[in-house]
Amino acid sequence: MNKQEYENLAQSVSPKPCRKKNAGYAFLVGGIIGAIGQFFLELYQNIFMINEQDATPYMIVTMVLLACILTGFGIYDKLGSFAGAGSFIPITGFANSMTSSAMEGKSEGIVLGIGANVFKLGGTVITFGIVSSFVVGGIRYAISYFW
Amino acid sequence: MPFPISGSSFQLQNVYIESVATSAGKLEGEGPIGNYFDLVYHDNYLGKDSYELAEIQMIEDALQISLEKAGVIQKEIDLFIGSDLNNQITATNYFSKRLERPMYGIYSACASVGQGIQLGSLLLENEAMERINIFVSSHNACAERQFRYPNEYGIQKPITSTFTATGAVNILLSTEKSKVRVESITLGRVIDMLQTNPNDMGKAMAPSAFDTLKNHLKDLKRKADYYDLIVTGDLSSYGKKIMEVMMEREGIVPKEYNDCGCLLYDSTQPVFQGGSGPTCSGLVTFGYLYQKILQGKYQRILVLPTGALLNPVMTNQKQSIPCISHAFSLEVV
Repeated sequence: MNKQEYENLAQSVSPKPCRKKNAGYAFLVGGIIGAIGQFFLELYQNIFMINEQDATPYMIVTMVLLACILTGFGIYDKLGSFAGAGSFIPITGFANSMTSSAMEGKSEGIVLGIGANVFKLGGTVITFGIVSSFVVGGIRYAISYFW
Repeated sequence: MPFPISGSSFQLQNVYIESVATSAGKLEGEGPIGNYFDLVYHDNYLGKDSYELAEIQMIEDALQISLEKAGVIQKEIDLFIGSDLNNQITATNYFSKRLERPMYGIYSACASVGQGIQLGSLLLENEAMERINIFVSSHNACAERQFRYPNEYGIQKPITSTFTATGAVNILLSTEKSKVRVESITLGRVIDMLQTNPNDMGKAMAPSAFDTLKNHLKDLKRKADYYDLIVTGDLSSYGKKIMEVMMEREGIVPKEYNDCGCLLYDSTQPVFQGGSGPTCSGLVTFGYLYQKILQGKYQRILVLPTGALLNPVMTNQKQSIPCISHAFSLEVV
């Protein structure tokens, strides 16, 4: 049997992911995470009388803390397994990637274990975040030069 | 040499199974064949500091139970053959610090149980040794962290994923007569069907199991219905379907065909397509099917443990996954 034939054969019995259901869960969970973030933002603005610009980082830190705690209790990965991008895309997903990597490294010690592993998955987000902001910022600067 | 190789197979005359023991993780214990295991753990750490140490403890427990069942002490064993999934077969090597007898560490990923039985059987058949102990282990948390992502990483796994079984299996082979013997073996060759997806092992490994099955039947001039049961290692639901289609196309009609990855877990358990890992085929074959052979349900079975010999670095370099399957058949004496 050649490789193409095999590919066709395998495709014919391949299990199909339920995309509608997955998208539904992702939408729902992502929306709930967003709503919780908004709740904290409103809370800090209206109860603690912090202006919106200062309240936003406080809200982000709160969400990150919550995600880290949920990861530590082994809840966030279960959430992620059915919510997919819904829990993966928000800042909480980034917090989860760092906490989970740090937890894996724990048995190898603080410096070479936790310290070296904490950015194992999150590092790529930071790298490409900086690279893309540099590129986009450069383009914006170049455009503003001509306009 | 009384029983020369034919193609890539050997027929054996005096290799017997003296005793087997299985220790399994929580999820495996809750599965449909959980009652057949000698020991089921209820937590992933086993009270140890790390998953790796827990895996070593599982091997130790399985070995002790096996030796007790056979009434054998460690000094009477000529050779230990061990394998697991970790880098540098960690659990095997670190466990072997406790052994007083020689040890061979081998690796064929999830087909290791097949390779171990074959290596042991050949040494016994040629009367070079009298008693060989084979052990394999895997731990879901160790395998996840090595081959995939951290355990607590909240990512949605593809539907074609499989779940590495947690547990250890210990098999004591000997030249002394017992109820079940290893009747024949077929050595596997590496098959590459240009599969690059590490989350779709069933599809990658099915051709290797099929190749070994075909060679086995050809070498020994047998029909598939010679066996009461043909069982593949860890192709899981998807790979099993592919295997069934391939067998149908070639006109291979077994009396009964199943896959260890599908037998080990219930469809309601969160294991995606089914189980994988060297212990998956080990637990099902020597925990469950071996008991069924003793009870008389099966006279002859053919086991095709399958292994994906992937390396995460090579996977990232977009290299395709080499796969292998080492077969052995068990028969009632």
